[in-house]
Amino acid sequence: MPKKSGEKNNNIIEVKNLVKKFGDFIAVANISFEVKKGEIFAFLGPNGAGKTTTIKMLTTLLEPNSGTVSINGFNPQKEKDETRKSFGIVFQDPSLDDDLTALENMEFHGIFYGVPDKIRKERIEYLLKFVGLWERKDDLVKRFSGGMKRRLEIARGLIHHPKILFLDEPTLGLDPQTRNHLWEYIKKMNKEEGMTVFLTTHYMDEADRVADRIAVIDHGKIINHGTASQLKKETKTNNLEDAFLKLTGHGIRDEDASAKDNLRSHARLWRGRK
Amino acid sequence: MNSPVYIMWLRQVKKYLRSKSRIIGSLGQPLLFLFALGFGLGSLYKQAEGGSFIDFLVPGIIAMSILFTAMFAGIEVIWDRQFGFLKETLIAPVSRFKIMLGRTFGGTTTAIFQGIIVLIISVIIGFRPDLLLLPVALLFMILIGLFFTSLGTALASKLEDMQGFQLIMNFLIMPTFFLSGALFPLGTAPEALKIVSYFNPLTYGVDGLRGALTGVLQFGIPVDFIVCFALTGIVLWIGSEMFSKIQI
Repeated sequence: MPKKSGEKNNNIIEVKNLVKKFGDFIAVANISFEVKKGEIFAFLGPNGAGKTTTIKMLTTLLEPNSGTVSINGFNPQKEKDETRKSFGIVFQDPSLDDDLTALENMEFHGIFYGVPDKIRKERIEYLLKFVGLWERKDDLVKRFSGGMKRRLEIARGLIHHPKILFLDEPTLGLDPQTRNHLWEYIKKMNKEEGMTVFLTTHYMDEADRVADRIAVIDHGKIINHGTASQLKKETKTNNLEDAFLKLTGHGIRDEDASAKDNLRSHARLWRGRK
Repeated sequence: MNSPVYIMWLRQVKKYLRSKSRIIGSLGQPLLFLFALGFGLGSLYKQAEGGSFIDFLVPGIIAMSILFTAMFAGIEVIWDRQFGFLKETLIAPVSRFKIMLGRTFGGTTTAIFQGIIVLIISVIIGFRPDLLLLPVALLFMILIGLFFTSLGTALASKLEDMQGFQLIMNFLIMPTFFLSGALFPLGTAPEALKIVSYFNPLTYGVDGLRGALTGVLQFGIPVDFIVCFALTGIVLWIGSEMFSKIQI
């Protein structure tokens, strides 16, 4: 029997005692939290704190060592497809096909998520207009600026009307104008569609402005959570950045520079890409 | 026609058709072989075997361009991983098998397209294939394309980056081509070479293709077909198994 989405309680995301180890390294150490339906939830932490690893486990890309996760009432390990239909995601790194047009990228996504023809066409037009890319729909994505690509990725993540939108550092490297625009879109979607938003960012002012609740993670553990004003009050600071630094310390973290960075430069040489 | 397999196929084909430089670039090597060897060794071949060396060579060169294009199409998974698009496909509610199948069909289509260009150029320089058996030739082209696209995908699923690519090129693609009977008749080759080539899947593909196009055969079309068909099935299965185990 098909399971109804978890509407009986108010939590659209539930995480209990989640653990992920890579060999001896504990990336996520027994974390638990809930996100309420319709909430904008910010997941903050220094580089390498375990944010992306957690998102990967919530979005079926990575298997946890132990603990339970519920996304829209589904188990991401066992009910992969149902879980996947429940959320949209904008990754930290780009995930568009540069050699396709904006419209083709959108179409591809819509078909992969089984959105019926008529609805798909309507939504794609609406979303591309919404992010201001409708006039550029037939241009190859490789001709787009960083900000345009991000906007396109966000529009793409919304085609299948997800209940939850995951945003992993969506505004990284964008100018303030584009960032403001993006958050306006996202807040609008959150209000109009009741879409839950789960985001990570390094810009504390953004988290302060958009998030209903915030969890701070460091060394794989959630060290504090609450509203922005609660966090500021508890740490006796005036802004979220100071609160964040007080909670996580001033030491600089290394992010794992993977083989991918090498490959990227290699790939550019190979294909003569910029 | 809105299945994920179809849209994946369409994506591969569109990308291929958009990169004109790649289409022309990957014709360079086969044509060089065709002209340099075909005309260079033609008279020598005539003395030894009798008949036209170009006629003998064309099916081998068609197989070569399919082999190269198909392998590259499979290995493109690494690029998709690198440029992030792989994540977009793997996180969708679509089985990995369907994604792999769409990719493989797409890569095969481009490889066959490349093979057909070589065939057309060969006809221009005087090659006369057996028209009745062209569908059989196409069948072998499809099998070679499917086999090597799946093989490329299987290998790319295990590779993090392009570092291993030279290794594949020099120790897999090149030997596969040279030891397949694409360039010289296996019938008169030394025993050791013959034995090695019997273990090379491309040998049967080339033989079937040559049989269909020119009537010159080593094993016979049924044997070639059964071997190619079985091996393609196996490697398609291995490829989809390995593709479905990719971790992001």
